[in-house]
Amino acid sequence: MLAVALGGLAGPAVLVGIAVLLPAVAGRILGRLLRTSLLLTLPIALSVLIVNLFFFPAGQQVLFSVGPIRGTAEGLAFALETLARIGAISGAITLFYLTTTPSELVLDLERRGVSPRIAFVALASVQTVPAMVDRAATITAAQRARGLDTEGSLWRRLRGVLPLAGPVLLGSIAQVEERTMALEARGFTRPGRRTLLWQPPDSAVQRVARWVLIALLPGLFVARTTGWL
Amino acid sequence: MLSLQRVTYRYAGARAPSLHDVSLELGAGEVLGVVGASEAGKSTLCLVASGLAPRTVGGTLSGQLLLDGADTVALPMHRLAERIGIAFANPVNGLSGVAGTVYEEIAFGPMNLGLPRGEVIARTEESLGALGISGLAERDPSRLSGGQQQLVAIGGLLAMRPAHLILDEPTAQLDPAGTRLVADALARLAAGGASILLTEHKTDLLAAMCTRVIALEGGRVVLAGVAAEVLADPRLADLGVAAPASVRLLSSAREAALPASVLDRVEAALR
Repeated sequence: MLAVALGGLAGPAVLVGIAVLLPAVAGRILGRLLRTSLLLTLPIALSVLIVNLFFFPAGQQVLFSVGPIRGTAEGLAFALETLARIGAISGAITLFYLTTTPSELVLDLERRGVSPRIAFVALASVQTVPAMVDRAATITAAQRARGLDTEGSLWRRLRGVLPLAGPVLLGSIAQVEERTMALEARGFTRPGRRTLLWQPPDSAVQRVARWVLIALLPGLFVARTTGWL
Repeated sequence: MLSLQRVTYRYAGARAPSLHDVSLELGAGEVLGVVGASEAGKSTLCLVASGLAPRTVGGTLSGQLLLDGADTVALPMHRLAERIGIAFANPVNGLSGVAGTVYEEIAFGPMNLGLPRGEVIARTEESLGALGISGLAERDPSRLSGGQQQLVAIGGLLAMRPAHLILDEPTAQLDPAGTRLVADALARLAAGGASILLTEHKTDLLAAMCTRVIALEGGRVVLAGVAAEVLADPRLADLGVAAPASVRLLSSAREAALPASVLDRVEAALR
């Protein structure tokens, strides 16, 4: 949000440096962050650059021409400004993804008062994905062994999805009943707060940084909308 | 003591009951084996004895589930869970599915009970130690072998410190190594005085662990008694239950009309 509120190129770029790159260096994940973030944003970044560079409506100052198409300085400036914001958003999301496990996130939510059931559903949804992928792989292998063609053209692959979807979904539904019983048998339905074994680290500096960023947000919105920035 | 008194149970939508007039008692420190062919009612008996049926499963139940002589009908499931633990055949479904480590998985139950943090830790470590899986504490439960996962599921139950354990074919989906792992752990628990109701197709395991055995057919108790006697009963074969290897070996030796001195030595070796 700060990246959107901040105008120009410098604001979002400084924000990327402070809020994304600096923590990534501290967490020793800069390489992974850059790779993942780049992969995430590359398609949209390319289209933003090309569209604005060559087709910016208010573009006057021509930098170069490719046949009938002209790249303009105004278009390039707007593209870079947009890219800085996209970089800040994707960098922040990637940083969060690389530094926070789903269980840590849910634990922290629960610590802050979110219902254990909601927290469980959120976490179980994430954790179920690898199990379903494993099951799908097993069923695919079993069906291939019995002659089902799941490779080749797009049509063949699509035809292979149908016999896979049924067993995966039905198997998951059947599993839910027994897992529900297992959870009941382990006191999950007990009303009231659960005991939490540990808490994610949250130092004073982190708390101050968080509050400062939150406090900055309305000020920046005001400054941006009133033309100060 | 856990006891079922004249229990008849029918699943919702089913025409006929899956359990008919079943009565049994599971005393402190006793290991009660349950045998029977598929669909004989073993899993239903486990659900009823744990209180999950009809509370969670639905259906209709007549008769009583008693704990130390008191009817449990008014107890909510989370209260029953502190006194009766149940493990299922598929260990994957016995896990919470949300714990990143074995330690957290075993602590899941005590955490749900809202126990003080120190108590949760003490119970978790005690369970890990009792099953000999302390070395797995930091592993991801979803990446363990079937046998190890079943031990973790049982460990999760032990951490609730229930007076009674209900184990529904805990080795059914395990390979021989996994079966041995679970069987050793159960034997240790039994030797330590745990009270266990154990359904199994593997009668060798029951012969090694149980004090008493009952056999079910069509939801009714058709044989009941001291483990060695029930497991040697020739009617077991008619119920679709294979006798333990020791019983079959002795039977074969008798059929082969071996000399009495040899038979005596075989019997002595199997005893």
